[in-house]
Amino acid sequence: MFTHEAHLKRQAVLDLLFRSLTRVIAFGVLALLAAIIVSLLVGSLPAIHAFGLGFLFSSDWDPVNDKFGALIPIIGTLVTSGIALLIAIPVSFGIAVFLTELSPRILRRPLGVAIELLAGIPSIIYGMWGLFIFAPLFADYFEPWINKHWGSMPYIGQFFSGPPMGIGMLTAGVILAIMVIPFIASVMRDVFDVVPPLLKESAYGLGATTWEVVWNVVLPYTRIGVVGGIMLGLGRALGETMAVTFVIGNAHELSKSLLMPGNSISSALANEFTEAVGDLYTSSLIELGLILFFITFIVLSLARFMLFKLGKREGQTA
Amino acid sequence: MLNLYTRRRIINAFNLSISVLAMLVGLFWLCWILLTLLDHGLPALKSTVFTQMTPPPGSAGGLLNAIAGSLMMTLVGTLIGTPIGILAGTYLAEFGQRGWLAPVTRFINDVLLSAPSIVIGLFVYEIYVVRMKHFSGWAGAFALSILVIPVVIRTTENMLRLIPNTLREAAAALGAPQWKIISFVTLRAARAGIITGVLLAVARISGETAPLLFTALNNQFWNSNMDQPMANLPVVIFQFAMSPYEDWQRLAWAGALLITFSVLTLNIVARVLFRQSATTH
Amino acid sequence: MPIDKNITPKLVVRDLNFFYDNYRALKDINLTIPEKMVTAFIGPSGCGKSTLLRAFNRMYQLYPKQRATGEILLDGENILDKKQDLNSLRAKIGMVFQKPTPFPMSIYDNIAFGVKLYQSLSRPDMDERVEWALKKAALWNEVKDKLKQSGTGLSGGQQQRLCIARAIAVKPQVLLLDEPTSALDPISTAHIEKLIDELKEDFTIVIVTHNMQQAARVSDYTAYMYLGDLIEFGDTSMVFTNPKRKETEDYITGRFG
Repeated sequence: MFTHEAHLKRQAVLDLLFRSLTRVIAFGVLALLAAIIVSLLVGSLPAIHAFGLGFLFSSDWDPVNDKFGALIPIIGTLVTSGIALLIAIPVSFGIAVFLTELSPRILRRPLGVAIELLAGIPSIIYGMWGLFIFAPLFADYFEPWINKHWGSMPYIGQFFSGPPMGIGMLTAGVILAIMVIPFIASVMRDVFDVVPPLLKESAYGLGATTWEVVWNVVLPYTRIGVVGGIMLGLGRALGETMAVTFVIGNAHELSKSLLMPGNSISSALANEFTEAVGDLYTSSLIELGLILFFITFIVLSLARFMLFKLGKREGQTA
Repeated sequence: MLNLYTRRRIINAFNLSISVLAMLVGLFWLCWILLTLLDHGLPALKSTVFTQMTPPPGSAGGLLNAIAGSLMMTLVGTLIGTPIGILAGTYLAEFGQRGWLAPVTRFINDVLLSAPSIVIGLFVYEIYVVRMKHFSGWAGAFALSILVIPVVIRTTENMLRLIPNTLREAAAALGAPQWKIISFVTLRAARAGIITGVLLAVARISGETAPLLFTALNNQFWNSNMDQPMANLPVVIFQFAMSPYEDWQRLAWAGALLITFSVLTLNIVARVLFRQSATTH
Repeated sequence: MPIDKNITPKLVVRDLNFFYDNYRALKDINLTIPEKMVTAFIGPSGCGKSTLLRAFNRMYQLYPKQRATGEILLDGENILDKKQDLNSLRAKIGMVFQKPTPFPMSIYDNIAFGVKLYQSLSRPDMDERVEWALKKAALWNEVKDKLKQSGTGLSGGQQQRLCIARAIAVKPQVLLLDEPTSALDPISTAHIEKLIDELKEDFTIVIVTHNMQQAARVSDYTAYMYLGDLIEFGDTSMVFTNPKRKETEDYITGRFG
């Protein structure tokens, strides 16, 4: 009986140890996030001291005179991601509709896997492919065309003028779009799949066409999840480094034309960080990283929040 | 009446054709990229790629040191990240019903899952490389492990949640303590799914470039010392592809082909494995 | 509730109330489960019969918002007492569930798992125990050549008998069966009912079932529950042939539910 008691006690201790261990490690994930923020903050202190809030609005980038500002990379990051979403949203939507509503049953799985494989290709491959294959074609065929037809339009013309070099913000945006399409399409497909079949059948029962069912039943029902998926894609696009670095041109110049080279936060980091000399230069780059982390954190939080809300509603109706 | 109906049908047909077109566009990119890789990579993929070190520009060489470095850092990163991820995921799934810690951790983990990997590189640079005053394979492996953790946490939690509660009850009904229920019954039942998650995490980090740029850096020579800067495929590809030298670019294509096909193979193996386990249960 | 004087009580329930959060699922239950007999709980779904069963091994404590008040005495000792160690209680009171729950390990290890928790047997002793349990559960002949194979590969009826073998291998005093045949085909069901009849020589058995014929076939005592109340409890033949309460009669004659 004594050994039995001792055994029970040991098990209770082991239980407590096991639970505490997993708990401490789960807590470690929070600590990790805190550590990332704190270390980036500490690293960027010199730059924050030197430039203050003006860092965000200055287009200076002058390592020789130690003058730095984040405006150009921030704009580059936002513009390339914006272009990417503009292209990726409709294409992803089309893919998701095809996979959930149109595809023959046998093709559904392999095609879904193919799209997910597209998401699995490392981003450096996209960058390399963009630089060697896509950019030259873009420069030879697409850019002269858009130059000619859109370049002289009022207002929007200024965005599409300039020499067709193949490398620049527009190219980076297109490559980014190809990268985020699989992410957004997968989320959209998953959220479309949660629409109760009865709901769709009721609409079909009224004589609605497939498109009408998608547009008037599926999309409204999953709206929050769709937006969440888009935000997830945006989060990816904002932080993407290699695919952009290869093709954006890495020029610290503010240019209205999307055909001109620019810079994004991540590509500035990738290109300059190891070569940066001087505390202020390094610190300014780290502050860029902090800004990037901050922006993506907000976007990704919103995305998760929306997907969470969709999941909750689904739980209620089920 | 007929008019309206015809219009609706035309709209339907038009929009659905666009959807088919979107699907074709997606497949088109995948095929184009893969064909390009084969086209440029296969001719460059000679046996010397696996037997010689990365060369200076203008001379012949291979990618041996980069391949070895990548394998080592991926392995170490996975070995560090996997147990942490499994334990934290276990907490979320098995102990996370009460309190604030589990929901907050879950949320933060989901954010970390897609956080920009270059920032992770910066973080490890700040807390490790700066302290040690030199780049190293360890730093690269740490950065990679931070990318592994959220993936493994997510899949571990999801897979454990798929395990029916009756299995836990059955083990508890025998008088098993909780640590035994979890480690011998539930984690074991979720094994295949968790392995899938680890494989997907490995696939993800083996192509990651950005977090290695400021941690492992690069190394022109053979190096198996994790405390030294370490060559790795992604960074070598980056450096060689951006260079003006044609033989470097050729090696970059060979490396790109290697990396892409190993990553895709891992992805497919993970899926097949998961599917098999799903059908036997 | 009245019970024959010449019977040893194994479990005695006193003023038991059970709550899911704020919902009261069991209301002042008083009941005596006799030793080495089969007691059946019947009643429409949601009546609390499974809840009562799950109070006997405090399975509800896996979930944060469930609690019980009152007393359940196992051989005179209150198992709802805070000082009661859960795991050793559950080693004394085995349970088999509605759906088969084989662990993801070999047939042999499925049975050895529970035994190893509280006894360290030598290899031959363990082999003997596994064989004993499988024979008791009438499964030995079907699996003796594939003990190393996974338990999840067996048929539904075999899996359920494996779970019974697993539960009795630890030699509990009480065996709780929560609708053990509701997921099985008629042949497997007949197997298991025969088994229950044999097992009551060694164990006190409590079975929850929605199948009244089954209760009539296998049990010595029957409790009829409705909406959290214990309506009637007594000798099975009495409850089925000559119920004292109108509600019980309505239920067993099929005029209800």
